[in-house]
Amino acid sequence: MVDVLFFVFAAMAVGGAFGVVLQKNPVASLLFMVGTLGAIAGIFVLFEAHFLAAVQVIVYAGAIMVLFLFVIMLLNLGHDYRADIRSGIGAFLAFAVSGAFAGLLARQFRGAEENPLYQRFPGPEGMDALLAEQGIVGAIARPLYTDYVVAFELVAILLLVALVGAVALAKRRV
Amino acid sequence: MTGLENATVLLLQASPGGYDPILPGLILLLPLLGFLANGALGLIGGVRAAEELRSGREPARHEGRPLTHTLPTWIGPATIGLAFVLTTANFMAMLGAELTDPIVRSYWMWMATGTLGVEAAIQLDQLSMIMMMVITGVGFLIHVFSVGYMKDDPGYPRYFAYLNLFVFFMLILIMGANFPMMFVGWEGVGLCSYLLIGFWFQDREKADAGKKAFIVNRIGDFGFLLAIFLLFVSFGTLDYATIFDQAPEVLTYGGGVATAVTLFLLLGAIGKSAQVPLYVWLPDAMAGPTPVSALIHAATMVTAGVYLVARAGVLFALAPVGAAAVATIGAVTALFAATIALQQYDIKKVLAYSTVSQLGFMFLGVGVGAYAAGVFHLMTHAFFKALLFLGAGAVIHSMHHALHATHKDWDAQDMRNMGGLRRYMPVTWVTMAIATVAIAGIWPFAGFFSKDEIIWYAGTAAGVGGGYGALFTVLWGMALAAAVLTAIYMTRLLVMTFHGSNRTGDAEASHLHEAPLTMIVPLCILAVLSVVGGWLNVPGSVRNSIFGGFGLLPMSDWLDRWLQPVTQSAVDIRVAELGGYASSAPVGGGHVLWGAIATGVALVVVILTARAVSRQKIVPATQDTVPLSGIRKHLYHKWYVDELYDRVIVRPVVRASRFSWRWIDQILIDGTVNAVGGVARGFGWFGSLFQTGQVTTYAFILTLSALAVLGALIF
Amino acid sequence: MLVEALVLSAILFVIGTFGVLLRKNAIIIFLCIELQLNAVNLSFVAFSRFLGIDGQLFVFFVMTVAAAEAAVGLAIIISVFRHYEAVNVNNFNLLKW
Repeated sequence: MVDVLFFVFAAMAVGGAFGVVLQKNPVASLLFMVGTLGAIAGIFVLFEAHFLAAVQVIVYAGAIMVLFLFVIMLLNLGHDYRADIRSGIGAFLAFAVSGAFAGLLARQFRGAEENPLYQRFPGPEGMDALLAEQGIVGAIARPLYTDYVVAFELVAILLLVALVGAVALAKRRV
Repeated sequence: MTGLENATVLLLQASPGGYDPILPGLILLLPLLGFLANGALGLIGGVRAAEELRSGREPARHEGRPLTHTLPTWIGPATIGLAFVLTTANFMAMLGAELTDPIVRSYWMWMATGTLGVEAAIQLDQLSMIMMMVITGVGFLIHVFSVGYMKDDPGYPRYFAYLNLFVFFMLILIMGANFPMMFVGWEGVGLCSYLLIGFWFQDREKADAGKKAFIVNRIGDFGFLLAIFLLFVSFGTLDYATIFDQAPEVLTYGGGVATAVTLFLLLGAIGKSAQVPLYVWLPDAMAGPTPVSALIHAATMVTAGVYLVARAGVLFALAPVGAAAVATIGAVTALFAATIALQQYDIKKVLAYSTVSQLGFMFLGVGVGAYAAGVFHLMTHAFFKALLFLGAGAVIHSMHHALHATHKDWDAQDMRNMGGLRRYMPVTWVTMAIATVAIAGIWPFAGFFSKDEIIWYAGTAAGVGGGYGALFTVLWGMALAAAVLTAIYMTRLLVMTFHGSNRTGDAEASHLHEAPLTMIVPLCILAVLSVVGGWLNVPGSVRNSIFGGFGLLPMSDWLDRWLQPVTQSAVDIRVAELGGYASSAPVGGGHVLWGAIATGVALVVVILTARAVSRQKIVPATQDTVPLSGIRKHLYHKWYVDELYDRVIVRPVVRASRFSWRWIDQILIDGTVNAVGGVARGFGWFGSLFQTGQVTTYAFILTLSALAVLGALIF
Repeated sequence: MLVEALVLSAILFVIGTFGVLLRKNAIIIFLCIELQLNAVNLSFVAFSRFLGIDGQLFVFFVMTVAAAEAAVGLAIIISVFRHYEAVNVNNFNLLKW
């Protein structure tokens, strides 16, 4: 059941990703992206990362994508641009480089199951015990406010700076 | 050592002879403060003048003079005057004390590196005290004179700033307790000399004269520095006290180190004191204002070489070759410069060559071991040569005004344009006449006692031996000849300037005037000093003869006795090695006989020259078209030494410099550097090809690089 | 299931890379970068299933940074658009020497 769901979500994600890349209309690309994000959120659920799945849907697919959409609408980009996708040599180079990447990664995955590292890999039992004990929110929140508290505060500052920066950049010059 | 301990030690040291220095640091500080104040005023005045020029306004004609003019009038002379008062107080205190060892006051550690420790310390002893008296005293008079002489000059505060600074550095030179301190003063006075020679720097020729003085002096300073290094290597210290105490043990008599040190010191002294062959800068230095010539280029700075030899008397006593070289250089210079002075028309040039010649006498004196006589002549020379220069300044001042009044473009310094000035400037005439008689060496004026003492010692040195008898006899003869020439050129100067008919022109003559009071008073004081200055050191036998005025002249051998603590060790070495001083001239005769001969000859020469010159028909410079011939031509062109130097040294150096500029610097060095730069540029150009500015290109390269890293990780 | 997730992550990442290189529209390029980030997030979550909760924390931080990046990046795009009246990256050629 889980495997089947995984492959369904995976297919959705890959299809959506291709949609993002190949759709000429930015709005269409964006909607495909939302689909991909949703599919990934689904996969998160399969991996018992319920909290992140929720955040993925609410923040990523909800807020950030809507921000993108706003910008597209604001700039009136919601129609096809013929020259938006490279062709000829540009497309070939992009394909070649990505293909090389894919080739390298694929070579890495071949025979991964026999890898001794993978053989000694721990099972999901530890995580299950943790989740059963604390629940997903507790499991995330506890280290977030203890071990990672400095990073957490820094991220807060980063968000503030980004907020101010975004306003300063996008503000119309007076 | 803490400051308290230091002070205690100083206090304990300060009382051996019952003499406690009175604010010696303040003597140094006062001229420095004067320099700072006048310099600030000069800057303010300059800025204001520049603003007026820029805004196109007429320079504001104030009621009276601006503050930047009136303040230096008081600050400049007052600081030196106060320094003089302090020096006099110290001098009096030292007079009453039997001071055997110099008093050293150390202010702070100046250089402490490894084994070398140099303190900013001053030394007060009989020699430095005499020099300080001369410098502050004559310096003060010349400052006062400058008030009148420079009053219309736009650079008035700047002038006084430089002059104060000069006195400061000169005092450092004199009062320093170690060689580096002396070197600081040495270089400082060189700087001030340069600044003041080129004081009117808008005039190319004058600025060049300043540069010439500076560059020629560098040669000497190089020697001085080498001597300091050698001394440090030999003694491990640079303090006078230690070096002169230990010199007899550390250096062997006539040894290589002693000879080398003294020869290098001599090189430094030659440069600073304008001796053959480095004298060429001094006549050109007359481009500066005349009081500067009086103070720096006659009375004080140029005598620094003599002071150096006198100060390092022990070293020269240990190096007979060095001492003989000093004497030889001195005698040659005395004679050589005197010949040139015979045929100069520029009043200041005559005095300049006269100064060179007299400095030669001083060198001869200290060279033959008569340190007191050399310092004695240094002092009397400061009096009468300052007087001569200041008198010449008064004459030039008057001539300048007269020529300016009618816009005549004659040379205000050419004696051919003067004549008969005694009617217009009686006081100047009288004082100049006194100075002339003094320098000519006629009893009882100052020059008689000092110069003839030097000649006497040169003569007696011939009798002492040490292998240099013949040399010293020749030097003695040269000194005699130079003394005769001195009388001739000085009489010529006096007669051409003040006697005969006036050649200025009728319209101009009515504008000739006696100098103002600020200029006259210093002249009179110096005239008195030129008379009595020589009585400080009357030899006993002369004092008791008719030349001593039947014993009326006071202070027999006073200076000899006064300087004895300083010169004693050098004299001791001399006596031990050479057997003392002879008591007769090479051809016999004693003090009194030769004194009589000298003053008689001088008197005859003066009278003959006066008659000869007054019979000569002199025409103003512009009408003087008859070319000189024979020896006169050579003398007029100063034996072509400048031309010789130009041909032998300057031009080859210029040519070599041009070669190294064109070929070595521009092509070889610049070429190499540019080639290196070109390679870097090439790489930069190649690298810039990747910088298309296209974001996609960058993303592409980034991905490729990531691919490369990934590949490297996998394979 | 780990290997499958990682393979999916790799596929998504490569597609994202391909998109970044292929497209000229700055917004789409941005979306592709988000896609790459998500691919990485996916592998983090997959690992976290077996190795502990820390992977999910990293994802959490990545999302925050992505949000900040989106805000600033979109602001830049807006101000660039004001200048060029377009968001074609071919126009952005001032980043050279």
